[in-house]
Amino acid sequence: MQTLRRKDILGLEEMSAEEINLILETARSMREIMQRKIKKVPVLRGRSVLNLFYEPSTRTKASFELAQKYMSSDSVSVAGTSSSLVKGETLKDTVRNVEIMGIECVIMRHPVSGSSHYLARNVEASVINAGDGMHEHPTQGLLDMFTIWEKKGRLEELKVAIVGDIRHSRVARSNLWGLQKMGAEVVVAGPPTLMPPDLNAFGVKHFTVIEEAVDGADVVMALRLQKERQESGLFPSMREYAELYGLTPQRITRTKEDLLIMHPGPMNRGIEISSELADGPQSVVLEQAASGVAVRMALLYLLLGGTKE
Amino acid sequence: MKPLFITGGRVVDPARNFDDSADILIREGVVEKLEKELKQPPEAEVIDAAGLVVTPGLIDIHVHLRDPGQEYKEDILSGTRAAAAGGFTALAAMANTDPAGDDPSMIRYIYERAANAAAKVYPLGALTKGLEGKEMAELGRMKSAGAVGFSDDGRPVVDGTIMRNALQYACGIDAPVIAHEEDSYLFAGGVMHEGSVSSVLGLKGIPSAAEEAMMARDLLILKLTGGSLHLAHVSTAGSVELVRNAKAEGLQLTAEVTPHHLLLTDRLVKNSGYNTNTKVNPPLRTEYDRQALWAGLLDGTIDAIASDHAPHHPDDKDVEYDFAPFGIAGLETTLPLMLDEVASGRIKKFTLPLLVEKLTSAPARILDLPGGTLAPGSPADLTIIDLNREFIVNPETWYSKSRNTPFAGKRLTGAPVYTIVGGRITMKEGVVTENEKGA
Repeated sequence: MQTLRRKDILGLEEMSAEEINLILETARSMREIMQRKIKKVPVLRGRSVLNLFYEPSTRTKASFELAQKYMSSDSVSVAGTSSSLVKGETLKDTVRNVEIMGIECVIMRHPVSGSSHYLARNVEASVINAGDGMHEHPTQGLLDMFTIWEKKGRLEELKVAIVGDIRHSRVARSNLWGLQKMGAEVVVAGPPTLMPPDLNAFGVKHFTVIEEAVDGADVVMALRLQKERQESGLFPSMREYAELYGLTPQRITRTKEDLLIMHPGPMNRGIEISSELADGPQSVVLEQAASGVAVRMALLYLLLGGTKE
Repeated sequence: MKPLFITGGRVVDPARNFDDSADILIREGVVEKLEKELKQPPEAEVIDAAGLVVTPGLIDIHVHLRDPGQEYKEDILSGTRAAAAGGFTALAAMANTDPAGDDPSMIRYIYERAANAAAKVYPLGALTKGLEGKEMAELGRMKSAGAVGFSDDGRPVVDGTIMRNALQYACGIDAPVIAHEEDSYLFAGGVMHEGSVSSVLGLKGIPSAAEEAMMARDLLILKLTGGSLHLAHVSTAGSVELVRNAKAEGLQLTAEVTPHHLLLTDRLVKNSGYNTNTKVNPPLRTEYDRQALWAGLLDGTIDAIASDHAPHHPDDKDVEYDFAPFGIAGLETTLPLMLDEVASGRIKKFTLPLLVEKLTSAPARILDLPGGTLAPGSPADLTIIDLNREFIVNPETWYSKSRNTPFAGKRLTGAPVYTIVGGRITMKEGVVTENEKGA
């Protein structure tokens, strides 16, 4: 099998459709391993990975850790709150100290946009961005695409509506780049205050009325709404947000029949998505979580799998 | 002190519209004669300036020396050495030190520390006590101690009444006020220009309106009060338009622009992979803004070029983008960057005499400083330039303690080869020596 000819996975903006295809194909083989009774292959035996999480994470962290275990790599996980971050050590010092212990790949989540670029410049290890600030969350974008691809058999010419806080969302940015590269049509919807200052940069259309955005959609993706956005004055109240922009069955009647409902989690039920939709037959929220492990196994394999002498 | 005789150079003195080859005789720290051909006094030290350009000493009216308080980033000694290395004979030092330069003793401290420095230092006083924007500082007492102007630079004056009173009061003591135009609410914790690049990078944006709204307010206040206002580091097309219109209305104001705003755009934040040396306030703007700044510089809307030298310790910048402080160090790159623009001919009408004006007579006029010309009787502050000198920007060789430049590695044509302060050579071929008056 081919490998990725890059040291790091920092974002989907700089990734080609061929690379994304390779990752999705590889993830399909990995998913098959996950379905075995004994979910373990020795592909990454003796390889060392660091999970460095400067922000809380349940899904992404668990998913990366499981991917590493299924691939037989050795890994350590460090959480920002328990680490040297609180002791004032710089990111560069922290990672260089761990790198010298033999780490070959760093998975990092960090609250500052661009921090994975900064890290990648400063270490020889491969860096996988597990979410940097408001910039990108490429593995989430890939697992979302993988989920859609598995369900629909293609990404080309699908219409995907992403609804909610696009402005602060790294998930949205990765999906905007990735899905469009794969030939999908992407539209975004939500209040203007939750849109990036310049949406033209992404080449997508913006709707303020959800019903119009989801018209004819194959996929509707809700994004998590953080309470602090209301506190910083971007919209008046959670109640009003739910009323105007929350996804409910009544609001998505004009979509395709075989619609997929997605959410990267964690969900605010009753705010950006109603429980009826989240738990309904169209929802693939749990499949997304399962895809996450397969995609991350694929990435680890493609970055580290070739024998390095 | 031996007389200094500079012979055979092309002398460019925009204050007098002079651009011709001439000899210059300097005696006792003063330009004694400047004529087509002078007799060389036998006892004089001679500089053969054939093939070189001789200009009035360059003046940088926007410099952060970080002294006192943050001497690990820069101090008066290292900052003035950097100035001399960059061809500057004088600089105006901003008051955002720790403690703030809001008291006559602080003004005197700067003069004392800079007494034998490689470049002259003119302290600017804080406009408000502790730079807090609440209470006017003792402008009159600081002026008596030698402050050449007043500014809270680095911070905006949020309260319009404070700005109104300060401008009006400064009028009475005949001192210019320098405004750092920024509406802190619109600024809102941004780290780069707000636009398509910030949208893609997921970095918090600083809209052009943050600068323009505050500038519009201050121009309206200026109309109310009269007085003399200088606008620091103008960075947007809208700001240029505001200044142009205000000048057309006859308001008494001047404006400066930095080399980095003239040469770089927000694209560099992306293309450099979030390099923190692109993080500066006001932020690098768009190509549209950059073109407008050049137009403003060429048509006289923008009076002067200033570095906004904002030195930081390399450790301070070697962090994640949001965590890095704002600022670009510019004392050792400003002149070469601008000379390179002249050499390249990229900007038609940006001639050597115009560049020299923007770095000599214009800044001297803005802050009413001595120098800025080579008229006989002027202080013997001179810069000698080799227009053909090629080099690569290498911050590792700087005299400044800082290394924070987005221009590292850039190949440039044109560099200063001598800096002369009060008739003494403080920089020769890139090597700086202090201006020891006793020696």
